[in-house]
Amino acid sequence: MTALQSPPKPAGTTDPSPSPRRGRRRATALAPRDKLVLGLMLGIPSLVHLVLVWVPAMGSIALSFSSWDGIGGFEDIEWVGFQNYVDIFTRYPRFWPAVQHNLIWLLFLIVVPTVAGLLLAVLLDRQLRFGRLYQSALYLPMVLSLALVGFIWQLIYQPEQGLLNNVLGTASTDPVNWLGDPDINLYAVLVAAGWRHTGYIMLLYLAGLKAVDPALKEAAALDGANARQTFFQVTFPVLKPVNVVVLVVTVIEGLRAFDIVYVINKGRNGLELLSVLVTDNIIGESSRIGWGSALAVILLLISLGFIITYLFQVFREEERA
Amino acid sequence: MKSRVSLSPASPPPVSSPRVSLPRIALHAFLIVTCLVTLAPLVWALYASLRTYDDTARNGYFSVAESLTLDNYSNAWTQADLPHYYLNTLLVTLPALVLVLLFSSMVAFGVSRFSFKFNLVLLMLFTAGNLLPQQVIVTPLWRLYLLTPLPEWLSDSGVLLDSQVGLVLIHVGFQSGFCVFVLSNYMKTIPHELSEAARVDGAGVFRQYWQVILPLCRPALAALATLEFTWIYNDFLWALVLIQTGDKMPITSALQNLKGTFFVDNNLVAAGSLLVALPTLVVFFVLQRQFIGGLTLGSTKG
Amino acid sequence: MTRFSASPHPLMGRRALLKAVLAGAGIAAVPGLAACGSGDGGGGATDTVSFGNNQSDQVPKDAITAVLKSFEGESGLKVAINTKQHEQYQEQINNYLQGKPDDVLSWFAGYRMRFFAEKGLTGDLSDVWSKVSAGYEPGLKEASTASDGKQYLIPFVQYPWGMFYLKSVWQQRGYTVPKTLDEMVALSTRMKADGLAPIAFAQKQGWPGMGTFDQLNFRINGYQFHVDLMAGKEDWQGPKVREVFDTWKRLLPFHQENALGREWQEAAQSLQQGKSGMFLLGTFVAQQFKGQEEDLDFFPYPEINPEHGQDTVEAPIDGYMMSRKPSNPEGAAKLLEFMSTPAAQLAYIKADPSQIAASNKADTSGYNSLQKKAAQVIKEAAHITQFLDRDTDPRFASDAATNGINAFIQNPDDIDSILKGMADQAKTIFTE
Repeated sequence: MTALQSPPKPAGTTDPSPSPRRGRRRATALAPRDKLVLGLMLGIPSLVHLVLVWVPAMGSIALSFSSWDGIGGFEDIEWVGFQNYVDIFTRYPRFWPAVQHNLIWLLFLIVVPTVAGLLLAVLLDRQLRFGRLYQSALYLPMVLSLALVGFIWQLIYQPEQGLLNNVLGTASTDPVNWLGDPDINLYAVLVAAGWRHTGYIMLLYLAGLKAVDPALKEAAALDGANARQTFFQVTFPVLKPVNVVVLVVTVIEGLRAFDIVYVINKGRNGLELLSVLVTDNIIGESSRIGWGSALAVILLLISLGFIITYLFQVFREEERA
Repeated sequence: MKSRVSLSPASPPPVSSPRVSLPRIALHAFLIVTCLVTLAPLVWALYASLRTYDDTARNGYFSVAESLTLDNYSNAWTQADLPHYYLNTLLVTLPALVLVLLFSSMVAFGVSRFSFKFNLVLLMLFTAGNLLPQQVIVTPLWRLYLLTPLPEWLSDSGVLLDSQVGLVLIHVGFQSGFCVFVLSNYMKTIPHELSEAARVDGAGVFRQYWQVILPLCRPALAALATLEFTWIYNDFLWALVLIQTGDKMPITSALQNLKGTFFVDNNLVAAGSLLVALPTLVVFFVLQRQFIGGLTLGSTKG
Repeated sequence: MTRFSASPHPLMGRRALLKAVLAGAGIAAVPGLAACGSGDGGGGATDTVSFGNNQSDQVPKDAITAVLKSFEGESGLKVAINTKQHEQYQEQINNYLQGKPDDVLSWFAGYRMRFFAEKGLTGDLSDVWSKVSAGYEPGLKEASTASDGKQYLIPFVQYPWGMFYLKSVWQQRGYTVPKTLDEMVALSTRMKADGLAPIAFAQKQGWPGMGTFDQLNFRINGYQFHVDLMAGKEDWQGPKVREVFDTWKRLLPFHQENALGREWQEAAQSLQQGKSGMFLLGTFVAQQFKGQEEDLDFFPYPEINPEHGQDTVEAPIDGYMMSRKPSNPEGAAKLLEFMSTPAAQLAYIKADPSQIAASNKADTSGYNSLQKKAAQVIKEAAHITQFLDRDTDPRFASDAATNGINAFIQNPDDIDSILKGMADQAKTIFTE
């Protein structure tokens, strides 16, 4: 505790101890006991994470080359090479629509809630009467589970009984079948998903904006920049790390999307998503483990594209530091 | 130090005092409308939940309620046996939450405060693990759980499968990726001199972590706790696959029980849904102050 | 808590647990859960039988609970019920049977039972059957028998599919029951002119459309073709299946539009309100017509091909299986024997009068008019089918069949490409 009382040295002042460089931690020689403690502190969580996340993920990759109904021991597995992948690409009618829907889903989430969330965050990032009230209202949906969101929006989208058609006045004449019409239901569901996601993004940006030094903005204002210029030239660059977090969160959300369509119609008829196809094949009554795993690996490869881009980003940050 | 991680700026910048001006009014109007639109679906569900089945079956949902009643809530409460499932969820969520924060803060501490060979690899492993889709993991995990024996006193099924221990473990394993990422970012902003001073005072690694770094991470931990609480609480897939006894299901999955196979009373389901959402709402509003403060993630100020 | 086996009242224990967890005891407190959640948990206890129940709706759940209570009274055994939501139960069945299943568990007759029986995931019930077979018609025995000639299911209740209508509406408008497809088309044309949607239709849940396919298929191609097609022995791209879809396409204009966005409950409501004329579904549709059961009636799907007439009826059977390694085999056998008795079945359908008892010894005098009709239709049929998703490989039903039918409803002009997709998938699935 004594450490806390002694004032930390402001960054930038010369360090008394003979250390090589700032930023890079000096290679302190740790006592053996400390080494052991540190090893345990890192080792146990890493082991849990590896065994429960990475080992099964590798297992899925292996299983994707098999044909197996999930019953019996591992000796019952028949290995079929790339057959599952070939079949999925060439003769699985739901596959390409699902890929397309996943990409639309991602694109929508990356664009709409991000822009809306950023706008709301900028609007709310000031001394504002009722500011906190607005904030609370706007991020309220994000604490709801996607399953719940799916249910609530069904009450809105029902053709004859739903809120939307009644408000539009089309309920009695020619009700729009928001969730049943495969040409529009994906977008209807995206609105619901975006509804929940926007609050989250707003929150992340709000947190980021709070960290922008007000002096910077003042300086810009003194230089005669208008609000928009200030935003794009001063604020936005500072938000860059937040943008990365937003992107990651959005990609996770976009690729994991599952509960909401599953609740609405089991992900059929225009709402196919890769996650749904995987689930249908591996945990339903009918298990086609090899087939489902191959689909999962395809989903994994798509995620991996983003994961690598992201890690690259983190890496660079690390090197700059 | 304190001011750096606390949420509110010590003195608000003297922006133009909130006079009543036209742009201000427009701003408020815009925000009010946006908020109303955002809240509309929830209000609609709330409205439906207060009406009787007969009323909506006869008059439709888009009509003035004949009467408002809390019956659906009491029915949902007893019919779906909600108290039992709240407890199930609590007994999974709390241990998972405590462990995930403990584990990931230890790892974050290690990778952000010390430099060793696998430093970056470890960080990358966790961060990437957090991005994996759940469906990629689920099949082999199920097998693993079926083959892992547990003593009877820990799981009445005798294996990890169909045990709440298993559910806790996968939440810990899966969620630690995100938490390690956030916490290590946060810890990097804490000046190195602090733990150095502690070390000079003779504090071991664990004391540096527990008494110096961890207390300083409180805002980030609070933010993560809030987020993780809602995520673990709202989980649907893990429980669906890994729990086989209806009585052990957490509440999010148990909600399904209200949805009849042959007969669906939407008003009842709406009431049940709102009851299920209640704990996350409460946690959120209680912790929202810490939340925004903590979410700076330590990443913007460099 | 659906288990009614006596367990120390959990509340006090729970509170203590709660405290422990809140105090941050973390995982150490978790074991307590098991004790709280599951009563005495089965284990090796020989006086308890565990029972996997898929009847999660309040009314049938209470009914089955009452039936099991009376078994407890009669046998001196205890039953630990594990209730899961109906759909969730089906989704999990595969993992459930391989994991730690209950001794006795709910399931369906037909291919869907055989699939798991042949994988060795459920127990042989030949011994029980040798005691109870006098109570079942041969058709029910066949539906409970796997390819090895042994029985794996005890039938409990059954319900037929048919065209439902409201007698009052038809009387008022002077409609009569059509016997052939042509008569049904003529009737539908008349209904359309009267401003009704002739055939109510809902496919949001993904399965009701399978019923339409089944009816058209065995009316056109006969029972044996249905069986062979479902077993993967016939070609989905062949002319016979093609004719089914062509006929369906001809009838589609008489079906309610937007079926893919409608749940069957909503379609039933349109029948109730006199907005539609008839509705193909199982007798469980009566659950939507509370208080109106006497006005509700049905007729078997009209004849299409005179060679087959109306000789087949779709009448799914629900029943009970035994897990492969029950912790209490004698108790499980006793319970299954009990479930085959008319008393148990009648006690159950009292709470759910949309089904009929599977036992032929059941006293039908207490049936309502719908149940009587159902019993008669089943008795008169030469062949009984289970339903598309119970008669074929579940892997084919849940994916290829459902989505093929959905695609057809959406684009009836794409029959060729849709059937090619279904045929391709049938080939991969049935050769696997």
